[in-house]
Amino acid sequence: MNSNHSLPRIRYSTYLWVLAVLLALTLISVLITYMDLGRFTILGALSIATGKSFLVLWHYMHLKHENRFYLAMIALVLLVFVAVLVFTFLDYGLK
Amino acid sequence: MSSENHSCQSNYLTFKGKYAGVWGWLFSTDHKRIGILYLYSILSFFIAGAFLGLLMKLELIAPGSTIMRAQTYNGFFTLHGITMIFLIVIPGIPAVFGNFFLPLLIGARDVAFPRLNLLSWWIYILGALVALSSQFLGSDPPDTGWTFYAPYSFRTGTNMLPAVLGAFILGFSSILTGLNFIVTIHRLRAPGMTWLRMPLFPWSLYGTAWIQLLATPIIGITLLMVVAERTLKIGFFDPTLGGDPVLYQHLFWIYSHPAVYIMILPAMGIISELLPAFARKPIFGYKAIVVSTLLIAFIGYFVWGHHMFTAGMSGTAQFAFSFLTFLVAIPSAVKVFNWLATLYKGSIHIQTPFLWAASFLFVFMIGGMSGLVLGALATNVHLHDTAFVVAHFHFIVFGGVGYAFMAGIHYWFPKMFGRMYDSGWANTGWGLFFSGFLTLYFPMFILGMKGMPRRYFDYLPEFHGLNVISSLGAMLMLFGLAIVLINLMRAARRGAAAPDNPWGALTLEWTVPSPPPVANFIDIPTIVTHPYDYSILQPKDLSK
Amino acid sequence: MTPTESHRDDVGAKIGMWLFIFTELLLFGGLFIVYAVYRYKNPVAFHFAAEELNRGMGILNTILLLISSATVAMSLTAVQLNERGKSLILISITLMLGVLFLVNKYIEWGDKWGHGIYPGSEKLLELGHGEVLFFGLYFAMTGLHALHIVIGLLILTIALFRVKRNRITSSDYVLLENGGLYWHMVDIVWIFLFPLFYLIV
Ligand SMILES: [Cu+2]
Repeated sequence: MNSNHSLPRIRYSTYLWVLAVLLALTLISVLITYMDLGRFTILGALSIATGKSFLVLWHYMHLKHENRFYLAMIALVLLVFVAVLVFTFLDYGLK
Repeated sequence: MSSENHSCQSNYLTFKGKYAGVWGWLFSTDHKRIGILYLYSILSFFIAGAFLGLLMKLELIAPGSTIMRAQTYNGFFTLHGITMIFLIVIPGIPAVFGNFFLPLLIGARDVAFPRLNLLSWWIYILGALVALSSQFLGSDPPDTGWTFYAPYSFRTGTNMLPAVLGAFILGFSSILTGLNFIVTIHRLRAPGMTWLRMPLFPWSLYGTAWIQLLATPIIGITLLMVVAERTLKIGFFDPTLGGDPVLYQHLFWIYSHPAVYIMILPAMGIISELLPAFARKPIFGYKAIVVSTLLIAFIGYFVWGHHMFTAGMSGTAQFAFSFLTFLVAIPSAVKVFNWLATLYKGSIHIQTPFLWAASFLFVFMIGGMSGLVLGALATNVHLHDTAFVVAHFHFIVFGGVGYAFMAGIHYWFPKMFGRMYDSGWANTGWGLFFSGFLTLYFPMFILGMKGMPRRYFDYLPEFHGLNVISSLGAMLMLFGLAIVLINLMRAARRGAAAPDNPWGALTLEWTVPSPPPVANFIDIPTIVTHPYDYSILQPKDLSK
Repeated sequence: MTPTESHRDDVGAKIGMWLFIFTELLLFGGLFIVYAVYRYKNPVAFHFAAEELNRGMGILNTILLLISSATVAMSLTAVQLNERGKSLILISITLMLGVLFLVNKYIEWGDKWGHGIYPGSEKLLELGHGEVLFFGLYFAMTGLHALHIVIGLLILTIALFRVKRNRITSSDYVLLENGGLYWHMVDIVWIFLFPLFYLIV
C-alpha cells in the first residue's frame, strides 16, 4: 500500500501560465463591471470566479494528476452545497 | 514488528507506556483507550442529563409549581437538551464504539491519525466544560432550549455565550472524528477487505462521518453568527436590524436534521452487526443496507425544513420538505425489513444484547411512524411544539441511540473489559428500563394530541392523569438504568474472565484476545469471506 | 504510544487535508447562504453599499493572493527537484504576500472604522437595514477569511523551517503539499469574496 509520493513533477512554467490566465480573468471580471449587463452582472461575475476556482483546483491543487476519487469528493461537496442553496431559495425565492 | 512483540502482546488495559497511571490514559493515542475515555465521559454526562430529565418529570407530576419555578424549568430543559444532544447522542456511538471497534472490525492497528484522535477527545472535554460553565458563570443559566433560536438567543439576559461557544467547540471534535474515520476506512482496511466485505458498523460510521464533515461546519458558522450577534450587534438574525430570524432556523436545521442521522446511523450499524450474530444467520440484504445507509446520509441532508412548517415558509418549500421527509423514511424502512428478514427462521439466541436490539426495533418503529405524522404538513400544524414532538424524538433519539448503545455495550463489554457481566441482572435491568420507557413516553403522544405544549413547567388540570403515569414511568426507567449500570460497573472490576468469543460471532474483533492486545492483531489478517458468513462457518456455540 | 504511530501514509494525510478543506469551505458556505438570502432581499441597499468599498484595494489583494498561490505551488516543484534554496525563496515570497494581504486588509478595515462604519456603529444604523447586513457580512466574511490567511501563514512557516532543516525533501514532502492545498483553498474563498463584495454593484 505504499503510494507515498504519487505527484508528478510539474514545471514552473505551467504554474506561471496558469497565473497569467488567472490574472487575465481577474482583469476581465473587473472590466465587465463597467458594462451594463443588467441582471447578468451576478451571473457573469460568478461564472468567472467559478472558472478561476476550477483552474486553481485543476492545476495548483493538482486535481489534473490526482486519482479521480478526489474529483468525485469535490463534486459531492459541491452538489450538496448547491442543493442546500436551492432548497433555501425554495423558501425565499417563492415567498 | 518482531522487536515490538512484547508490547504488541500485552493487553491495552494493563499496558505500561510512556506515561504512568492516569496520564497513561489521558495521553494515550491507543484508539481503545480513547474509546474508553469517551465511554466514561459520556456516561457521566448521561447520568447528569438523565437526572435533569427526572427532575423535570417530577415537576410535571402535578399542575402548578411542584418542585421548581418556571425559570428553573426553562434552565433545566435547556441544559438537558444541550447535554443529551451535543455531549451524548451526537458523539456517542462513533466516539465510544467507533473508536474502540472500527480498527478492530476492519483489521487495522489503529485509526489513521491516532494523535488527532486524542486531540478530538481533549477538544470534546474542553467543549463540554465550556458548555457546562454556562451554569455556574455569570447570571442565570441559558433558557433558550438546545436550539438557541433567534432572536431570543441574543436577547435573553441569561448566560448564553458559553453554551453557544461550547457547542461550537464540540463541533470541531465531531468533525475531526469523522475525518479520522473516513481516512481510516479508505486507507487501513485489511488486505482482502473490499468495500463489500466490510462489516456494516464500519459502513454506518462511514456514512455518519460524511455527515459530520459536511453538516457540522454549517452549525459552526451559525453559532459564531449568534455569538457575533450577541457581542457585536452585527444584525444577521435580528429583525430590528433587518436580519431574518427564520434564516437562523434554516441554518440551524441544515445541520441539526442531518445530526439526527449522525445519531441514528451508527445505532443502525450496531443493530446490523448484532442481529446476524444472535440469529446465527447471514444478514439479509447486505447491499440493501449499505445503499440505504448512504441514501439516508444523502437525502437526510435535504429534509431540514420539516422543523419549520409553522415558521412561515413558502408553500413550495413546505411541500418539497414534506415530500423528501417521506422519501427518507423509505431507506430506514428498508433496513427494518432487512433486520426482520435476518431474524426470520434464524436460530435466535435470546441474550441481553439481543433483548436490547429487539426492543430497539420496537421503539424505533414507533418513533419512525410518529415521525411521518409530523412530516405530513396538515398533522404537523396541529402537533407542532406539543408533547407529541417530545415523545417522537425521545423514541427516535433516546430509543434509537440509547437502546443501540445499550445493545452495543452488552455485546462488546466482554471484549472491552475482558470480563462477563451477570446476565440475570442485565436482563432484569432491561425489562424495567423498557417498561419504564414505554410508560414514560407513550402517554406523551396522547398528551400532545390533546394539545399539551412542550417546554412548559405547568399544564391544564385535564392533562394531570397521563402526566402522573409518565412521571412514574420515568422513575421506573431510571431504576432499570441504575441496575444496568451498576451491574456493568461491578462486572468491569469483578466479573468472571470472558472468553475471546462469547457469542460465537464472526467479525474480526472476536478473533483477538479479550481484552485486545495493544496492537490489536499480531499479524494483520487477510480477509477472504463476507463478514456474516454464518451459513458456511458454524462456530461452536460458546454462549453457555 | 502504540507501535502504529511510525506508520507513514502520505495519501492518507492528503485525503485528510482535503476533507478538512471541505469543512472549511462549508464554513464559508454558511455565510455565502446568508449573503445570498440578504442580497436577494435587499438588492438596492447591497448595490449602494458595495460602492462604498475600495475596489482598487480589492483588486490589489486579489493579485497578491493569486501570485502567492503560484509561488507556493512552485515551491513544491522546487522541493521535488531538490532545489532547496529556490524552494525557501518561493515559500518566503508566499509568506510576504500573505502578510501584505493582511496589511492591506488592516488599512481597508481601518478606513471603514475611521468613517464610523463598524458592526453596531451609530452611523451604520442610520444607513438602513440593507447596509447593516452588507457591512455585517463584509466584516464577518473578510474577517474569517483573514483568520484563515493567518492559519495558512502558520502552516507555511512550519513548512519553511522543515524545508530548511531538510525534513521536507524530494521523497517526503506531504506537509508542504498539504500546506499548499490549504493556501489554495484560502485563495479560492477570496476568488468568490472579491466579486461578491467589490464587483457586483
Ligand atoms: Cu428533522
